[in-house]
Amino acid sequence: MKYIDEYRNSEIAAALVRRISETVTRPWVLMEVCGGQTHSIVRYGIDRMLPQQVELVHGPGCPVCVTSLEMIDRAHAIAQRPDVIFTSFGDMLRVPGSRGDLLTLKGRGADVRVVYSPMDALRIAQENPARKVVFFGIGFETTAPANAMALYQARRLGVKNFSMLASHVLVPPSIAAILQAPGNRVQAFLGPGHVCAVMGWREYESLCEHYRVPIVITGFEPLDILEGILMAVRQLEQGRAEVENQYVRAVSRDGNRAARDLIFEVFEVGDRKWRGVGSIPKSGYRISYEYREYDAEKIFEVDAIDTHEPPQCISGLILRGLKKPCDCPAFARQCTPQTPLGATMVSAEGACAAYYQYGRHLDTDGRAAEDCAASGGR
Amino acid sequence: MCLGIPGEILEVREDNGLRTGKVRFAGITREVCLAYVPEAARGDFVVVHVGFAISKIDPEEAARAYRVLEELGQTAELTADASNPEGGREIYRRVP
Repeated sequence: MKYIDEYRNSEIAAALVRRISETVTRPWVLMEVCGGQTHSIVRYGIDRMLPQQVELVHGPGCPVCVTSLEMIDRAHAIAQRPDVIFTSFGDMLRVPGSRGDLLTLKGRGADVRVVYSPMDALRIAQENPARKVVFFGIGFETTAPANAMALYQARRLGVKNFSMLASHVLVPPSIAAILQAPGNRVQAFLGPGHVCAVMGWREYESLCEHYRVPIVITGFEPLDILEGILMAVRQLEQGRAEVENQYVRAVSRDGNRAARDLIFEVFEVGDRKWRGVGSIPKSGYRISYEYREYDAEKIFEVDAIDTHEPPQCISGLILRGLKKPCDCPAFARQCTPQTPLGATMVSAEGACAAYYQYGRHLDTDGRAAEDCAASGGR
Repeated sequence: MCLGIPGEILEVREDNGLRTGKVRFAGITREVCLAYVPEAARGDFVVVHVGFAISKIDPEEAARAYRVLEELGQTAELTADASNPEGGREIYRRVP
């Protein structure tokens, strides 16, 4: 068990795997929603420790990956303006749009800056009153409180040269879209721990009830993920479909009230296009009418953008758990992190990028080939 | 992207009307916005995401994890943790 050795708590991991094996009696397909969980699973080889009957498929929870090409191209158009300082998280700035990534623009003279927090972007605006500072605000519900606070503070402090290109996505509508999709294989979810730290899990209770699917709110450490899998498999075997919380140390049913209040002051729910998936109704936050003077989409008029994705990319099927990276003929051939064809390869948390980073395409020990071959149809 | 890093609050203050503080992570100390964890004080552990504490870590739940571990019959691991001088600080690492 070469992967188990990488655990700090390898005996406990082994005990959890044994417990999962003792519990499972038939095949089940589980999806981890969050890209951070996907990363942990591939890094530690958790999917390979599990009994054959438990299959993990990888969800859409990488906000950098699912940010639409149109939005990235819009970001390019804004960043190229000489009066603009364009800011975002480093991994977002590295995602290629139709004409290269945003950091490449920097090489051509655009003022593009990586920030750790949206508050850093606000500070840049305060320090550069003659320039327009735009923050590319992406993320799931976890990041929304930070982005909301940047806009709230900008208004409170009267910072007029700060705005946000908001492209927020929401987890529950994406879970519903996966479950409604024809050919869905997912029977249970590991829920996103940090999204629920903010939002709580009430929305997930109605998903469980409506679709009869277990959801276990799960953390990000390898042992969290193994315990989440055990809890989900127990529910499936017992015929239950409830929200359970594995990540008790950080998540409560109501989440973070103060953070949610500010989110709903600054943002409102709207339809959102997801890269690789398409438009999902009510699946994103946009800047509310009250904060429209901070909305970069309204401040900078950008012409209609026409984009097209390479037809051979199957990231849409991967994001819905219908395929895995190894099922794609382009994976690790035409499509690599340096030359990504689509959503799941553009950021380290995408399933394809994680498979690539941890060498799943290089393994020749038989087990890997078997994993890849079996993953589509098992 | 939804990375949340656990850290210990070392100091709380107001900065431009915003509740802010110093938080210590594994090796470094950083300024963090504490506006969303009004109940968290010095010595508490919080989960930090892009410069914001989004959740206080419940030390009782972290401790409970050790009891569950005992039920699993993995007490050797507990002893190993207790002998680790850093182990006691890592209350965020739930041991099922």
